[in-house]
Amino acid sequence: MYGKKVKLRTFFILLIFLSVALTIFLIFKALEENVVYFKSPTEVKNLTELTTKKIRVGGMVKKNSIITNDTQINFIITDFKNELVVTFKGSVPNLFEEGKGVVAEGFLKDRSYLKAIKILAKHDENYMPPEVSEALKESQ
Amino acid sequence: MLKYFNLNKTLLTINRLRKFIFAIFITVLLVGLFEALVLSPEDYKQSDSVRIMYVHVPSAWISLGIFSLISILSFGIFIFKNKNFSLIAKSLAPSGFLFNIIALVTGSIWGRPTWGTWWAWDARITSMLLLAIFYLMYILSWRIFDNNDKAIKVSSIVAIIGLINVPIVKFSVDWWSTLHQPASVNLLKETTIHSSMLVPLFIMTAAFALFSLLIFLMKYNTELIKIKNKGLDRL
Repeated sequence: MYGKKVKLRTFFILLIFLSVALTIFLIFKALEENVVYFKSPTEVKNLTELTTKKIRVGGMVKKNSIITNDTQINFIITDFKNELVVTFKGSVPNLFEEGKGVVAEGFLKDRSYLKAIKILAKHDENYMPPEVSEALKESQ
Repeated sequence: MLKYFNLNKTLLTINRLRKFIFAIFITVLLVGLFEALVLSPEDYKQSDSVRIMYVHVPSAWISLGIFSLISILSFGIFIFKNKNFSLIAKSLAPSGFLFNIIALVTGSIWGRPTWGTWWAWDARITSMLLLAIFYLMYILSWRIFDNNDKAIKVSSIVAIIGLINVPIVKFSVDWWSTLHQPASVNLLKETTIHSSMLVPLFIMTAAFALFSLLIFLMKYNTELIKIKNKGLDRL
C-alpha cells in the first residue's frame, strides 16, 4: 500500500523514539531514590546510615497521636508497619488532621525521630459533599 | 487526498464553523461556571477551595491531550511528509501551552491552602513543568528557523521526544510517592469524585476543549491565508 520509503521512515522514527524512551526509562530507574518526594517510616528505618541532610518523610498521621502545647506540636507518622515521631514548631496547613496523609520535612535525629521544619498536608483522591461524608460515616 | 484540498472552500468553511463554535463555547462556559461556582456543593474537607479543581483539572487534561495530538501528527509529518499535518500541529500548540500554564498556576494557588506550599518538586509537578518547557521549545522552534523545512523538522523532533513525557505526567502519581494526590477520575478503576462534582468538571472540560478548537481554527486560518498569499491554491 505504502512505498518502501514510507515503511523505512516509519521504522527509523520508531527506532529513534524507542531508544530515547528506553534511555529515559533507565535514567529514571537509576534515579528512583531522588524521584520520590518522600520516604516512608519503613524506608527510614531501613536506611543504612543516618543522613544529616534534610529529608522528607510521609505517611498517615496516627490516630490520637497529636499533642499540642503552646509552641510545639508532636505527632506520629505511620505507614501501618513502622512509626516515626515528629516534633514541629510553627503552624500546620488546614488539612493536617489525624488519620490523614502528611509529609514532614526536616532533620532525622535517629531512625524514629524527626525534627520537622515544614509540615505539608497530603490529601487523597476523594471528593464529596459534607452530607455524603456524614452519611458514609453513619453507615460504617 | 490533499490534491483535492481546495483552499478557498476550506477558508469559507472555517469562517462559518468559527461563529458556530463560538456560540456553543459561550453557552457551555456559562453553564459550566454556574454549575461549578453556584450549584456544585463544597467539599467535605476542602470546602470552597475545591472549586479550583474545575479549572485546574480540565486545563491539565486539555494540555496533555493537545500535546499528544501534536506528537502523533509529528510522526505523520516524518512518515508521510504531509504538509497539512505540520500546519495543524503548529496551530494546535498555542492553546495547549496556554492551558498548561493555567494548570500550573491554578495548581499553585490550590496547593497553598490545601498542602501548605505554593510549589513542590514532586514528580507530577516537575513533569508538568517539563511539558510546559516542551511546549515552549516547540513554539520557539517554529520561530527560530527562517527555513520552513528546517522548522518543520526540528519542531517535529521536539514533539516526538516530548511524547515520552506524557505518560510520565499521567502515571507519576502511581509510580512514585508524590505530594500530588492520585487520579480521581479513572476509566478502569472506580471514580472517587462525587457525581455532583463530576458534572461541572466535565462541562468545564467541554468548554475548554471548545475554546482550544476555536483558537486552533483561528491559527489554522492564518496559516492557510499565508499560503494563499504566496500564490499557491493548493497545499
